[in-house]
Amino acid sequence: MAERLIIDYSSPGREGYSLPPLEVPDLDMEEQLGKDYLRQDLKFPEVSEVDVVRHYTALSELNYGVDSGIYPLGSCTMKYNPKRNEDIARIEGLANLHPYQDEKDVQGSLKFLFELKQDLAEISGMDEMTLQPASGAHGEFTGLLIIRKYFEDKGIEKSKVIVPDSAHGTNPASATMAGFEIVEIDSNEEGMVDIEKLKEAVDDDVAALMLTNPNTLGIFEKDIQQIADIIHEAGGLLYYDGANLNAVMGYARPGDMDFDVLHLNLHKTFSTPHGGGGPGSGTVGVKEFLKPYLPRPVLDKEDDKYFWDYNRPKSIGKVHGFYGNYGVLIRAYSYIKTLGGRGLKKTTENAVLNANYMKNQLKEEFVLPYEANSLHEFVLSGIKQKEKGGDTLHIAKRLLDYGQYAPTIYFPLVVKEAMMIEPTETENLETLNKFINTLKTISKEVEENPELVKNAPHNTSVRKLDEVKAAREPDLGWQN
Amino acid sequence: MDYVSNTAKEREYMLEEIGVEAIEEIFDSIPKDIRLKRELDVDEGLSELELKRHMKEISEVNNSLEEYTSFLGAGAYDHYIPGIIDHLISRQEFYTAYTPYQAELSQGTLQVIYEYQSMISELTGMDIANASLLDGGSAMAEAVLMAARISRNDKILMSSAIHPSYREVAKTYGDPQGLEFVEIGLDGGTTDLDELENNLDEDTAVIVVQYPNFYGSIEDMKKIKKLKEQYKKVLLLVVANPIALGTLTPPGDFDADIVVGEGQSLGNTLYYGGPYLGYLACKNDRKFIRQMPGRIAGATEDAEGNRGYVLTLQTREQHIRREKATSNMCTNEALNATISTIYMATMGKKGLKEVAEQSFKKAHYLADNIDELEKFEVVNIDNYFHEFWIKTKLPVSKVLAELKEKKILGGLDLAKFKEEKGILLSVTEKRTKEELDEFVQLLEAM
Repeated sequence: MAERLIIDYSSPGREGYSLPPLEVPDLDMEEQLGKDYLRQDLKFPEVSEVDVVRHYTALSELNYGVDSGIYPLGSCTMKYNPKRNEDIARIEGLANLHPYQDEKDVQGSLKFLFELKQDLAEISGMDEMTLQPASGAHGEFTGLLIIRKYFEDKGIEKSKVIVPDSAHGTNPASATMAGFEIVEIDSNEEGMVDIEKLKEAVDDDVAALMLTNPNTLGIFEKDIQQIADIIHEAGGLLYYDGANLNAVMGYARPGDMDFDVLHLNLHKTFSTPHGGGGPGSGTVGVKEFLKPYLPRPVLDKEDDKYFWDYNRPKSIGKVHGFYGNYGVLIRAYSYIKTLGGRGLKKTTENAVLNANYMKNQLKEEFVLPYEANSLHEFVLSGIKQKEKGGDTLHIAKRLLDYGQYAPTIYFPLVVKEAMMIEPTETENLETLNKFINTLKTISKEVEENPELVKNAPHNTSVRKLDEVKAAREPDLGWQN
Repeated sequence: MDYVSNTAKEREYMLEEIGVEAIEEIFDSIPKDIRLKRELDVDEGLSELELKRHMKEISEVNNSLEEYTSFLGAGAYDHYIPGIIDHLISRQEFYTAYTPYQAELSQGTLQVIYEYQSMISELTGMDIANASLLDGGSAMAEAVLMAARISRNDKILMSSAIHPSYREVAKTYGDPQGLEFVEIGLDGGTTDLDELENNLDEDTAVIVVQYPNFYGSIEDMKKIKKLKEQYKKVLLLVVANPIALGTLTPPGDFDADIVVGEGQSLGNTLYYGGPYLGYLACKNDRKFIRQMPGRIAGATEDAEGNRGYVLTLQTREQHIRREKATSNMCTNEALNATISTIYMATMGKKGLKEVAEQSFKKAHYLADNIDELEKFEVVNIDNYFHEFWIKTKLPVSKVLAELKEKKILGGLDLAKFKEEKGILLSVTEKRTKEELDEFVQLLEAM
């Protein structure tokens, strides 16, 4: 059922807003701005409030959220977003603050932000955090700039960053933006960093190794200490991509694994809602020796007064216009306060239990490419199904017909026909079983009626969309 | 309180199925010597009642705009936000959804992005827009990188009448790429165009100006357009306030190549600086499209020929191109873009213009009255939109402190940025005549 565009609701002269009448003297805008600067026309919708409400409600109904059901996107940690966090983020005294208000006027907020930094530092084993980066990739970029600045400051020239082939695409992209060359290394047969290949790749020119642990296969890099030693002995630093922190909270801390810099995705592990693609928050943590390079300003405290410290001569500078995604930080703080230390550990245990249960139930039907123990997520391969005519893409689309979201597909790149599944801790046994049974059903459908799967989805608001046409004949707005 | 719904019995069953005795066994893959051998030092969890009480207490320590009348702007504006916005974005289908990777189950988000791109293009007078970037500052930085890639030059002529923080972010992004930033000074409240002309040459990648600029003044866009057009490779990047574009000629009419800005003023709560959204619009030229950062939604057809939407032109992006991507952008500000889309639709053709005009007229009423005061002077009295720059012989901190005693946030002390002196004042349609008159009376009494 297509919903027309908001512009198609327009009726000339229709209005959906109200403002108080102008009480100050009126001015002639043309006289004020001059003809060249006075806008002649604005082709915006002319719609009523009811039109707006109906239209966007109709659009929302074409979406699927975490409240709709399971969202097993691997490495995305689509857990339930607690409603209380939404209520708290809407408390006027927290929300309606201008970024340039005097520090004296926002002591309450600065205090909780400071506590949030401390909690995140404790959970991750780092010494200091910055809350400024507004997304995971933004955090990576910030972390790599810190590394770059550190070496510059020490007068050491280093130009390379090592990234495993199983890494998120943002890793190499962020490293390029930070001015580094990328060296990609292959994973070994167990899906982990190949120590020999790492040794070959490491030289004096390597500034950092970027690693996700557990990696994108959900497997913990058990040789992490050896990896850390290899990098550190060559004078490089170790960067931790915190996308998968949900797997280890309370069990292990990146700081204790000798990582020097990390980012945490608060919109993953700390339950802040994804909003259809953002906002997120990619807070960055560093070890003591990297503190001087953090982005300005750094939130600090003297006696009982909280303040922004701008006097940071070695800082990489700012990466955001203000202090970061504060509204997201409120929710993350509220989440940590709700769960407490024990709750966070229980979260990790159940995320890992759910993933392992699911893996166990599905490993016969699909191919499990890596035998190693996995934690909060796992990767299956659909090669058996592909041989019978059902590609991973088709299986993913068929899942939508059953009212469930699909896993991350074709990633990590090291697995053919990959399905990367992360159920998270907030799904219960029935939901897990339903998803398991649906995947098995689809696998049977591939054998019995491959066309049905190939042509999926059948029950969604639109059928399979033509992405090739979208790219070849770009239609990016209603002006076109 | 945690959000785990499986009972102890269910967990036992699951462990049995997996074939392990206890959950700890699964964690055996983490080597013992790096395991945390104590409990996390994070306070015990709170119930909902306790949490709300705690947060309410924190909020009461703050002095929010609920109690204070604000004249603060400088990149974050206190405009009226229609009540329907929060109702609509509180629909879980919008706010708890992920990036629309499975397009067929994400048509709502995708169509919203398409509408957002359409209205941003219209507002800026450009051909196409992306799905949003992280904020105004980083959007300008991404656009500077984009412009340098297109022109294949490294020299960035950046007006110092651009928000100081935006300039700092641009340098943070530009330095690793070897870009050379030349800051063009001020002539009164606007960019010194003679200095701009003197620095402009064929090695220039892009001219960057803000419209209206940091001090609220409207740059001479006609002259800047002429300067830019002297050199074929030089691009024009305009950082524009989207509310002002409700009544100001769009940058596209002045031959801007890329337009970016902070979208907060389009319906987003102040939230102490974020989450906001950066918008980016540009010309519809293959060269430009190929270099755009961030996600883009496009219309297409489904298997039965019906209209639908997908994320498109993804071969620019990190998940496909990795180190060769145009940017590392992944998570953007989709929900903020949704807010801004609903705002633009609600205010519509007439409303956005009225917001811009009321802000303009109220600012002018206030500035005219302040300029008449003996101890105060409006620096850019001849040219400003809804923000203006005042100077005073009185100590600025004292002026602001006295206003605060009367529950007024009297603008930004420019000393914060260590460039200029005085106060930057912003007026939106929300301010009443009574508030403006009181403000003037208080200044007069100082």
